[in-house]
Amino acid sequence: MSAHELKSGPLEYRTQEGRMSILGFWIFLAAEVVLFSTLFATYAVLYGRTADAPVPGELFEPGIVLVMTFLLLTSSFTCGIAIHHMRRGSVKGLMTWLIITLILGLGFLGFEIYEFVHYSHEGATLQSSAFWSAFYTLAGTHGVHVTLGIGWAVLLLIQLAKRGLTTVTSRKVFIISLYWHFLDVIWIFIFTSVYLIGMVV
Amino acid sequence: MAEHSKRFPINHIIGFVLSIVLTLLAAWAALGSDLPVKWIVAGIMTLAVIQAGIQLFMFMHMTERESGGGHVPWNMMFHGFVLAAIIVAGSLFTMSFGFTHDHDDGGSHQQEEQQEEHSGH
Repeated sequence: MSAHELKSGPLEYRTQEGRMSILGFWIFLAAEVVLFSTLFATYAVLYGRTADAPVPGELFEPGIVLVMTFLLLTSSFTCGIAIHHMRRGSVKGLMTWLIITLILGLGFLGFEIYEFVHYSHEGATLQSSAFWSAFYTLAGTHGVHVTLGIGWAVLLLIQLAKRGLTTVTSRKVFIISLYWHFLDVIWIFIFTSVYLIGMVV
Repeated sequence: MAEHSKRFPINHIIGFVLSIVLTLLAAWAALGSDLPVKWIVAGIMTLAVIQAGIQLFMFMHMTERESGGGHVPWNMMFHGFVLAAIIVAGSLFTMSFGFTHDHDDGGSHQQEEQQEEHSGH
């Protein structure tokens, strides 16, 4: 592959393998959109079927949800800054901003875990009603994606520290940045259609 | 692209500020405004779509030259979101359109009364 390596442009796009990997990842993201759409559809259909469990309007609190949203939005921004540094060839800048991104991601996860524990103490668990099953599956699947993303990024940070910026490591980092921004896209829809609408309707 | 060598990632900062403002606007519309519920739902969903666009175009480098001018990413996201819209709207249409599970209206009244007797409401 290195025989066809380009001499200019961002590192991650210089090899055929890099370009194909990025293309493949966009296909994966499209599949993720469809995966989450089934969960959103389930949630929308089961909306209001709370049986004897608490209704969402009683449990959802604007404060914590806004904090989670801002944490994730900011982490998406810092992830973009990390890629900005990567393209300027700064490994140090890339790693610093990537670590900030991960800390924000961990903060988000912490709040989400706290939220789930709090809800289950209030009597809304995965088993309590069709609505809460759909809620935990949707929000939980997103949370699992964030968790996986954090683990993935930690492994990449180790690679970056060992190997520095090459066509391979920069492609890997670029792909995880796409993944991270994508999680934010999904969260925006969860924030809007689950939390905000849950507090309005 | 020239912007890769820029010292200051102005695009990202604009995108970040916009997404924060849109989030606050959505939160205000939902929690602080007196708009009818239908308008709120339509409004905040529109804001969500705009925010998703900000992520895709300003953060995810969707249309940069190196990714073929965004041809592939654009195709993937477009088809993904079309399928998502069909799945969500189609599920709502087949599963709950014109139908309510609430016990106070809709459905057969006789059946409902029986149900109420059984569950002792």
